[in-house]
Amino acid sequence: MRAINYRPDKTWRLALAFLPFALLLLTYIIASDIRLTENPNDKLLPSFARMGEAIDAYAMKPDPRTGDYLLWNDTSASLTRLVIGLTISTAFALVLGIVIGLLPVMGATLGPVVSVLSMVPPLALLPILFIVMGLGEASKITLIVVGTSLKLIRDIALRVKDIPREQLIKAQTLGASTPQIALRVVLPQILPRLIDSVRLEIGPAWLFLIAAEAIAADSGLGYRIFLVRRYLSMDVILPYVVWITLLAFLMDLGLRLLQHRAFPWFAEARTA
Amino acid sequence: MNAIVFDKVWKEYGDHVVLEQINLEIVERSFVALVGPSGCGKTTFLRMLLGEERPTRGSILVDGLPLKPEPDADRGVVFQRYSVFPHLTVLGNVIIGREFEKAGPFGRLFGRARKQAEEEAGALLSAVGLAGQEKKYPSALSGGMQQRLALAQALMRRPKVLLLDEPFGALDPGIRSDIHVLMRRIWNESSLTVVMVTHDLSEAFELGTRIIAFERPRNRPEEAERYGARLSADIPTPPPSAPTVPKGATVTKDIEIWPKKVAGSPGVLTRHGHSAPRS
Repeated sequence: MRAINYRPDKTWRLALAFLPFALLLLTYIIASDIRLTENPNDKLLPSFARMGEAIDAYAMKPDPRTGDYLLWNDTSASLTRLVIGLTISTAFALVLGIVIGLLPVMGATLGPVVSVLSMVPPLALLPILFIVMGLGEASKITLIVVGTSLKLIRDIALRVKDIPREQLIKAQTLGASTPQIALRVVLPQILPRLIDSVRLEIGPAWLFLIAAEAIAADSGLGYRIFLVRRYLSMDVILPYVVWITLLAFLMDLGLRLLQHRAFPWFAEARTA
Repeated sequence: MNAIVFDKVWKEYGDHVVLEQINLEIVERSFVALVGPSGCGKTTFLRMLLGEERPTRGSILVDGLPLKPEPDADRGVVFQRYSVFPHLTVLGNVIIGREFEKAGPFGRLFGRARKQAEEEAGALLSAVGLAGQEKKYPSALSGGMQQRLALAQALMRRPKVLLLDEPFGALDPGIRSDIHVLMRRIWNESSLTVVMVTHDLSEAFELGTRIIAFERPRNRPEEAERYGARLSADIPTPPPSAPTVPKGATVTKDIEIWPKKVAGSPGVLTRHGHSAPRS
């Protein structure tokens, strides 16, 4: 049988999905073991027992100095920034994207400026944001908004333009006004696509968050890993990285499920 | 009302002449079938009628008044594809016409108004043979059912003119003849003038009261851009003496179908066509 026709069944698919993870883990265990037998004090590839102790200290016990549970504290600080940032960004993108995509005059006015601004590297703006807005929460959230919203706006505008011309004509022949077309024809068809776009922006949003936290913060997941870097505490950094990855993955999964639940017609139309 | 007059209409895109010198009068309640080879401007003609495109020269008059420059509820349309809204159920797709009409900027009806719209929509849906499918999304319907839905959707606003852009072109022959029966009934029962673009000559002759053929009379590649399509045939019965064919593409034949079909007359549903009504 040709390779392109060989389809794994459900069990196989699951097993195959786990395989690379298992290999990664195995590689780490072997490498860590080799280094630790050579030098038991090696900090670069800590054993799982060491990492377990670190997790215990950060997640299960209050910090002796502040009395906070550091991991949960950091997580809630980071997620708050991330979620507020992405929410603002999404709201901007929805309104401006539809306006730019649907109204030729607005497209001509705002389209070019959005295209140019989306090319500004957001991290280059970070010093400006810190200078203008101070080192508090506002500058970090603004960085996430600046970093993700422009791309989202362009994306949504393009997706609005992708709506078949026939549908807009059809709505007009049914007597729809511009607001009615925006709210009843465009918006409901854009929402599930917006979820796709936001899913793709979760990665960049974390990037900007961690960058901002690394430079100036007093809590947050990014702040923590950059803080303990000074002590080469790989036993803390590695679990934190895994935790961040897991959070990002769960956000992605949650949005995918939401899309599936809230827009049953979307998946059907896509496969049809 | 709704007599449509094309008065010396030209359509050009930059240097490219698509249609030239179209003179045409479409009388009320006729069923005009537009035929012609691909790229001869049939769809452009329909888009001008829809108000989506404007003629470069000449004018289109409806009841002696210039055509509105954008699509409106006087002219319903069914396209070959993308005619229905994928995010609305079958019922939602039909109701939305009434919602656009009666509701404000949010375009939603509630309570009694919605109930009434639902009843009207339900009646239309059973008229086109979609009773019992109300809760499905269009993606769950076959191509033929989607086009039936598109017809019901367009009829909800009771347009004076119904424009069909190869509406049945993608359907299987059996389904197509069923929907022809439906189409003829709709045309017969509602006060509609229908203009249909089609590739299928037998469909044109079966449904149309008049066939209009577009053609580019000159086919020299080096001047392909400079001359548009003309009416090459406009066929009433009996066929008129061949129109003097000027250069460019225009109406070259205009055929009126014999025996005469008259909308609303009782014989029209059975007299023509190869297929007995099946559904």
